[in-house]
Amino acid sequence: MELFATYVLGPLGEMADNPAGVVETVIGGLGNGFLYALVAIGFVIIFKSSGVFNFAQGAMVFFAALNFAGLLELGLPWYLAGPLALGAMFLFAVLVERVALRPLVGQSQLTLFMATIGISFLLQGFGEAIWGGNPHLLKVGLPEDSLFAIDYAWGQALGLDIIIQQSDLLAIATGLVMVGGLFLFFQFSRVGRALRAVADDHAAAMSVGIPLQHMWIAVWALSGLAAFVAATIWGTKIQIEPTMINLALKALPVLILGGLTSIPGAVIGGCIIGISELLFETYWGQPLFGGATTEWFAYLLTVPVLLIRPQGLFGERLIERV
Amino acid sequence: MAATRHVEPTPGPDPARAVLVVNNIEVVYDHVILVLKGVSLSLPEGRIVALLGANGAGKTTTLKAISNLIRVERGEVTKGTIELDGQNVAALSPNELVRRGVVQVMEGRRCFEHLTVEENLLTGAYTRKDIKSAVEHDLEMVYRYFPRLKERRRALAGYTSGGEQQMTAIGRALMARPRVILLDEPSMGLAPQLVEEIFEIVARLNAEAGVTILLAEQNTNVALRYANYGYILENGRVVLDGEAAVLRENEDVKEFYLGVSSKGRRSFRDIKSYKRRKRWL
Repeated sequence: MELFATYVLGPLGEMADNPAGVVETVIGGLGNGFLYALVAIGFVIIFKSSGVFNFAQGAMVFFAALNFAGLLELGLPWYLAGPLALGAMFLFAVLVERVALRPLVGQSQLTLFMATIGISFLLQGFGEAIWGGNPHLLKVGLPEDSLFAIDYAWGQALGLDIIIQQSDLLAIATGLVMVGGLFLFFQFSRVGRALRAVADDHAAAMSVGIPLQHMWIAVWALSGLAAFVAATIWGTKIQIEPTMINLALKALPVLILGGLTSIPGAVIGGCIIGISELLFETYWGQPLFGGATTEWFAYLLTVPVLLIRPQGLFGERLIERV
Repeated sequence: MAATRHVEPTPGPDPARAVLVVNNIEVVYDHVILVLKGVSLSLPEGRIVALLGANGAGKTTTLKAISNLIRVERGEVTKGTIELDGQNVAALSPNELVRRGVVQVMEGRRCFEHLTVEENLLTGAYTRKDIKSAVEHDLEMVYRYFPRLKERRRALAGYTSGGEQQMTAIGRALMARPRVILLDEPSMGLAPQLVEEIFEIVARLNAEAGVTILLAEQNTNVALRYANYGYILENGRVVLDGEAAVLRENEDVKEFYLGVSSKGRRSFRDIKSYKRRKRWL
């Protein structure tokens, strides 16, 4: 009974006493969740159409951030540095296809996965060789300060006496725009349709004349774009250093939760993990476990998912006709 | 046997009009497995040519060698040439071949399951650079040949019937505006009535749209009724070829591929001796 009171009633009572605090926590969690989701989307795009599990996605975020920050440090304005850093990701996509994927055509998925581990280290090392190993700041001028909801008409109307980080709002908005844009691209464009076709059946796609090599460049460039966007928003929150890669690996539990092949799944998985880990940290972790639970909570969450629904919440349903 | 002949080195009726000529090709998988041991055939413009033979005879490999889809399966044409309008096309990529009008409809339909029927058809037009209205015009043309697809256009291809999937696969190939369709085993797993329906449409496509068709089939009976000319493959070699009407009357073809014989059933030993005899053809 005592345990129940400490670990269940206590935190829940605290949440009930201060609902505004819960809302703040949820919005903060959403902000983190959308960042995880942006990284996870990069994974999904590549995995869905080529079956390659891209371990280098985190390093791609780091590399994009490093390029962007480095170019800004050279004194370039953001409207030049941004496109250049994005261009570097496209160039990277072309190189990956040429140097890694093309020679490995027909090899097993495990071989390709190992190649992406190599790419991951290469990106980190190459980026640091160019821009140096010190932490960098990526200040593009995106809004960073807190926002007091009650200062605004909508905040008063809703009676919200809460503090919101603008960077969280930015992450949420960007994530939504990104998902909407990707949806339109995959659903209605010629290349998007071809990419979905490739995801279903490589050989059949080749037989109708879809050039796979162009498709691989397209998916790596798209996930490079996702990495670039994630890097830009993340730069408002943290310093650009290699630990960012580990942080980006939070996308793995997101993928397990949302399913490896679903973009909406990546977003919803990201939200669930972002919110739940921050709630846990705030109401259970800090008062009861000494904090720093966000390091492992997401991974703990994946265990029941793997046991009950291993394809994830939104994983590919296999179409089987009887 | 008098009406048929062996096919070395340049076979086929009137090779001058041929749109596609396969010249004594040898195909090796994984650098060691020799699958085709010198196959030659010729595809005259506007005709239906059947490629017949049992499982593993090399029909699919021949088609994939032409469309160059063997390369991703670690196959390689190690000898011989494949000519489209007199040009060697053996080194071209599959998408370049589609651009030039050679499209393969693969065995087992291979529709994109998570795309709708209409999206499947549209992927067939991927290589085309012309305007949208031209593609839409061709979409209507495909729906005229396959009215059933129009009814099912919004359905996910994975949820349609086998016959509808076969129609989708053929329609998808048509969207590339091909001159030559390499049609692999369209009868596979379909009810006889549906097989008839699909062959009827293929024959109409050939007659009305002038598409040349190379048809790989195990169903010798149906194939020889719709084709103009036939090649019979065994163990990676062409063992027999001739006009379809002549092949249909050939005693050996009747016995071993059509399952009818004037002499009643013969024992397996005779079949083996037949095979031995053929090696000397």
